[in-house]
Amino acid sequence: MTDTTEAVRRASTRTIRVEVSRYRPGEDAEPVFQEYEVPLMADWAVLDGLNYIKDRLDGSLSFRWSCRMGVCGSCGMNVNGEPRLTCGTFLSEYGEGPVRIEPLKGFPVIRDLVVDIDDFLAKLSSVRPWLIREGEEPPLTAEYAQTPEQLEAYKQYSMCINCLLCYSACPVYVLDPDFLGPAAIALAQRYNLDSRDMGDRFDVLNLEDSVWGCTFVGECTSACPKHVDPAEAIQRYKLTAALRSVLPWSRR
Amino acid sequence: MIDVLIVGGGGAGLRAAIAVAETDPSLRVAVVSKVYPMRSHTVSAEGGAAAVIGAGDTLDEHCYDTISGGDWLCDQDAVEAFVSEAPKELIQLEHWGCPWSRESDGRVAVRPFGGMKKMRTWYAADKTGFHLLHTLFQTTLKYQDIIRYDEWYVTKLVVDDGRVHGVVAVEIRTGRVETIPARTVVLATGGCGKVFPFTTNAAIKTGDGMALAYREGAPLKDMEFVQYHPTGLPFTGILITEAARAEGGWLINKDGYRYLQDYDLGSPTPTPKLRSMELGPRDRLSQAFVHEQEKGRTVDTPYGPVVYLDLRHLGESKIDARIPFVRELCRSYQNLDPATDLIPVRPVAHYMMGGVHTDIDGATPIAGLFAAGETACVSINGANRLGSNSLPEILVFGRRAGIAAAAFARSHAGQAEASAVRAQGADERRRLERVRGGGGHGERIADLRERMQHTLEGAAGIYRAGDVLTKAVDTLADLGERAQEARVDDSSTAFNTELISLQELHAMLEIARTVVACALNRQESRGAHQRTDFTARDDETYLAHSLVHRAPDGSPSVGLLPVTITRWPPGERVYGRD
Amino acid sequence: MKTRDEVTPGGYRPRRDAFWFARSRAYTVFVLRELTSVFVAWTVVFLLLLVDAVLGGSLPEFAALAARPWMIALNVLALAATCFHAITFLNLAPRATVVRLDGYRLPAWLIQGGNHSLWLAVSAVVAFFVLRGFQ
Repeated sequence: MTDTTEAVRRASTRTIRVEVSRYRPGEDAEPVFQEYEVPLMADWAVLDGLNYIKDRLDGSLSFRWSCRMGVCGSCGMNVNGEPRLTCGTFLSEYGEGPVRIEPLKGFPVIRDLVVDIDDFLAKLSSVRPWLIREGEEPPLTAEYAQTPEQLEAYKQYSMCINCLLCYSACPVYVLDPDFLGPAAIALAQRYNLDSRDMGDRFDVLNLEDSVWGCTFVGECTSACPKHVDPAEAIQRYKLTAALRSVLPWSRR
Repeated sequence: MIDVLIVGGGGAGLRAAIAVAETDPSLRVAVVSKVYPMRSHTVSAEGGAAAVIGAGDTLDEHCYDTISGGDWLCDQDAVEAFVSEAPKELIQLEHWGCPWSRESDGRVAVRPFGGMKKMRTWYAADKTGFHLLHTLFQTTLKYQDIIRYDEWYVTKLVVDDGRVHGVVAVEIRTGRVETIPARTVVLATGGCGKVFPFTTNAAIKTGDGMALAYREGAPLKDMEFVQYHPTGLPFTGILITEAARAEGGWLINKDGYRYLQDYDLGSPTPTPKLRSMELGPRDRLSQAFVHEQEKGRTVDTPYGPVVYLDLRHLGESKIDARIPFVRELCRSYQNLDPATDLIPVRPVAHYMMGGVHTDIDGATPIAGLFAAGETACVSINGANRLGSNSLPEILVFGRRAGIAAAAFARSHAGQAEASAVRAQGADERRRLERVRGGGGHGERIADLRERMQHTLEGAAGIYRAGDVLTKAVDTLADLGERAQEARVDDSSTAFNTELISLQELHAMLEIARTVVACALNRQESRGAHQRTDFTARDDETYLAHSLVHRAPDGSPSVGLLPVTITRWPPGERVYGRD
Repeated sequence: MKTRDEVTPGGYRPRRDAFWFARSRAYTVFVLRELTSVFVAWTVVFLLLLVDAVLGGSLPEFAALAARPWMIALNVLALAATCFHAITFLNLAPRATVVRLDGYRLPAWLIQGGNHSLWLAVSAVVAFFVLRGFQ
């Protein structure tokens, strides 16, 4: 993006107070808030405010970010109590402020606003999020046919950017870290509902800590910035799993 | 001991990792990435991936489009290999589950794209890179034996006696510095857009891999060729995909006039015409913008002059079906709706055609060191890359580099000279600990970075001039020295992003100096390199790649390397004229 | 693919929040809705008591109990809670049952409308038999 020094210099003196959760292992026993005054620029996202702090006020502040266009999934944080992508949340949304920025809830904090997401990656692997086929792989001369309708059947669940806002919004996950969680189940469904997939993920989904752990609070869906609707994915699999328990020959 | 160590977890890196795992499961393969792989910048690619598939299209036509688009600076043997393997790679991705957009009969759909004479660009709506990366990442999860070093930052290649022996890397979470011994290293760290102030590139695109190779004596190639994408949103630099124009969008100036007709790009038609007007190549479109600006026909905004991209006539349903991400980005980041409003756009630094000099298998002149993707310059992109060639490039050459590295690792099974490797690792660890232990007290990293970015934009933007470039050489050398004393606030070991930012700044300064040196040396205008003091193409002298080595004093030293021509002799680039 | 084994550094693990439902309005509404199931359970118990009274011949005593003001109040409350529970449940049904006809996804309102219509129809049938019994 355009650098900001010049713009800030020209801007009015309006500022907004940003309260940032700081946690430095070895120094802090638990997170503490540190306050910064940040120029209130009309076009600035919360992430721009954080970068201003890091570049101009305090180089020791740590947070993750990358694409700044809402697709890499790095910059999820808790902004005034809600899980948000900070690149797509504008400072001006918070009027006079202050804005309180904390790490995503539900995850161990590594440093400042950086959380440990290895648990999610292990869960993602566990649902076998890849196309499962039987038999010989055909030669690379033709694609598997898939109509636009068949694509539409799973497309929505393939839009997950793994930002983990849904885990942070989910009270079940926050209370029980063993819960498989919204994104992992949505991605399992992304493959279950793909007409090209021949796999079966019943063994990992039909579990107390998997779909049956969900109490359908629905907050994952409200938090999702990409309209994946993981709550729907989970409830649909509950129905699938229930039908399979009653009718053993029914699949998916 | 790792057999194949891949630096970078984007499209090229992951494709290489799978290639190694499939070629020889007995080899130990590792992916070291400074971000979790699914965060890599491949994720931001929007428009599509080109590969010949439909009837009525031929490999030769894709070759010709690529070569003429690159202003004859492409190595034609590389282009032929690329074009012939691209379809297989995209089908492979399909077999791994990539949700390509479809025709009603179930076949993969294709769309037109800039500089392409036929419709051959596969797409997954307008999030092609996102789907491609997540498909690759999720597929790699199937290969239990691929070792992942997530959020490790490589600071140095260990090279001894002309051969690579591994890397030194920081585990960002703990600050631990470790030497990872490896028989081969594949660099797949992507581009270096962050050397410019206004770029579509993500924060992580700091040219790390290019700098790693360059410091150890591998030459970089064609670094003066920087692609400006004609349609970025002002302020954020967010990319509005070329697919918006492929689907029928128009570029208009402040008078509502489709100005491209004034720049030898054809005449306006209501529906898009291939290789014409808005579907011309990116270098020509970005250059046309500069001329419009000089004529006073652009619109001034707080973030610089803009023209408009007009999608209103496409209608809501087509926009939602074909380019929904464009609408989402405009609404979320620019507060406008392309179905009813004009989108302000301006050219934005987007892609580095140059990179680490490699052969057709990704091998660099350093034994055991390979490179693929935007990090590398094979070269298939020449002086200007065509839109939708970069995604198939990372797949084709990621795979090739992976296979070549696997073969090298198998035939060079011996142990490295352990003492030399250990010594280099220890030196590097001491250097990093010194930086972290209170480091310098000079200028802020951000100040130095901004100075570098503005210097580069002023000297090596869309148009370049010899005198400005000459000044930039000195400015950048000076910034390089000042960066050694940059101020570091953060002395902690856990997730010290400031330490990483400083290493990235060092890398970018190395890259920036090579860009300026190559641009100064090339006294002609070709593709994305336009000199105001040498306005014509000069095939006599410069039908050749720039090859830049790092001299012992740290300054770049530029030479030339002939281009490989097989079947397409240099000619005029014709767009919009049949 | 596996991540490299490593020593997990300390990190800060926030304590589990026992009052999580007070943290946001959405959570509170969710918990209140879940609590309505207590009234649903009461309705079932009350129905079983009624059946027991009919079979055991103690219907007059049961009717007297049911006519007491506090019992009426309780049952009005239970009716409201049960209706709320049922309506919200049926409204959420489209999320679990995605019906596709010829590639076209059945819109949520159609599924919800169907559910509510069916519910009303069943209620009408039940009402018909019950009320006829009293004549």
